[in-house]
Amino acid sequence: MEKTWNNKAWFLVTPVLLLVAFSAVIPLMTVVNYSVQDTFGNNEFFWAGTDWFVQMLHSSRFWDALVRNLIFSFVILLIEIPLGIFIALNMPKHGIGVPVCLVLMALPLLIPWNVVGTIWQVFGRVDIGLLGHALEAIGIDYNYVRNPSDAWATVILMDVWHWTSLVVLLCYAGLVSIPDAYYQAAKIDGASRWAVFRYIQLPKMKRVLLIAVLLRFMDSFMIYTEPFVVTGGGPGNSTTFLSIDLVKMAIGQFDLGPAAAMSIIYFLIILLMSWVFYTVMTSSDADA
Amino acid sequence: MAANPKYKPAGNLSWLVCTLYIVFLLLPIYWLVNMSFKENSEITGAFALWPHSPTLRNYTVIFTDPSWYNGYINSIIYVALNTLISVSAALPAAYAFSRYRFLGDKHLFFWLLTNRMAPPAVFALPFFQLYSAFGLIDTHIAVALAHCLFNVPLAVWILEGFMSGVPKEIDETAYIDGYSFPRFFVKIFMPLIASGIGVAGFFCFMFSWVELLLARTLTTTAAKPISAIMTRTVSAAGMDWGVLAAAGVLTIVPGALVIYFVRNYIAKGFALGRV
Repeated sequence: MEKTWNNKAWFLVTPVLLLVAFSAVIPLMTVVNYSVQDTFGNNEFFWAGTDWFVQMLHSSRFWDALVRNLIFSFVILLIEIPLGIFIALNMPKHGIGVPVCLVLMALPLLIPWNVVGTIWQVFGRVDIGLLGHALEAIGIDYNYVRNPSDAWATVILMDVWHWTSLVVLLCYAGLVSIPDAYYQAAKIDGASRWAVFRYIQLPKMKRVLLIAVLLRFMDSFMIYTEPFVVTGGGPGNSTTFLSIDLVKMAIGQFDLGPAAAMSIIYFLIILLMSWVFYTVMTSSDADA
Repeated sequence: MAANPKYKPAGNLSWLVCTLYIVFLLLPIYWLVNMSFKENSEITGAFALWPHSPTLRNYTVIFTDPSWYNGYINSIIYVALNTLISVSAALPAAYAFSRYRFLGDKHLFFWLLTNRMAPPAVFALPFFQLYSAFGLIDTHIAVALAHCLFNVPLAVWILEGFMSGVPKEIDETAYIDGYSFPRFFVKIFMPLIASGIGVAGFFCFMFSWVELLLARTLTTTAAKPISAIMTRTVSAAGMDWGVLAAAGVLTIVPGALVIYFVRNYIAKGFALGRV
């Protein structure tokens, strides 16, 4: 749409600006402030320059959490995206099945995150949980409290359970926008099932898939509540992701300087990702 | 598609795929519901796939103890406040983004989006200090304002998508007919994007309802959300699994209700790819 140049539009944006300034800019300035100062308590601060940043970038604790978080994000993307596409392709397109599927599949998305954690904490317990009990019954030694690989499996399975539906709903929305004429043309050409997927459905889903990948990446990159409730970051530090580590440092130990420096680095990574996201989004908007 | 069986997705097995997936989704939820109807002795004692002596005791505990049911009231108050603030602030802004070009518009839009991507963990501590300074700790409005961090950008984003779908000629005709901007906006424009407002409201509700970290950090007793209260079921007598499960089930109910009412709009909201 052709847009007119009008700087008075700023008046319409002002409420949002004030609101977000209050809830984002001021807190962020506090973080910047802490990241360059040191304190011995009593609200006395002195300049520390970039010490905290240097310390943070040399801390194996930070890098370990970052690597764990990256591995986690890639694993869940690898599972959730193909699974989501597959299920979306198999969703009914007409009739009573559509609302039933939509409502049931969206259900996990609307459960408070710590309740998601609680559900899986209970579900996986060997003594009272269905999953833990079933695994024990077929002879698998499973204990997410003691065994790091079991903890990882639980956290990943939980994330797949929680968020695959988002990918499904996005892909489904992309699929239903394909006009029937495309399929009829494909039939006349005698196209195979694979060809229909590869040349009609996949290109039409490209945009929503991109959004799904980036949203899932971003959200899994700042995941906190669910693994915290299930494993508390353990056993040891094996499921301590970036956000869990940060909260431990800032609120648990009250190490303001390092925590603030870590926040800034964390935020810069996110900012970079958002920029990629935005660029890709707007360029695909232009294509459409 | 019905007349075209060859391209029916994956033939006759498609219902099976969906059913299996839904069973996978519902099993853990079923387990929670199952537990919520059991006595604690039955939960920890025998392993049973369904409650053998169903009891409503766990739900009675929640509905008779103010410290429990106030949690639900608190959650609903700040979620409603947040949805209201986010959508009403986002409406004019989204209109500006969809209709006008102005100095720094693209940068502003991008900056708003980065807030949707900001990890709440980064903001937990500064929020606490900021709201302490304003004396807002432990009030509903504090949580509602904090959640604006990610809900306002989201609402702007969704609404802008819906507004761009409304032809500009409608605005121009209305101005020629002598409508002032506020009157045009409320009387003509808002009804046109009613479904967009619904979708935006739904997502604000959803993300405010499921968030815990900020809500927990900013409250102590008077405005504590239900999901934070749930963490205190450990007592001297051990874990009160039954009550924990019942509380969990009750947090699923509002979401399920909301999603039922907006089910037809959701696909549309997702189709815009702006969630």
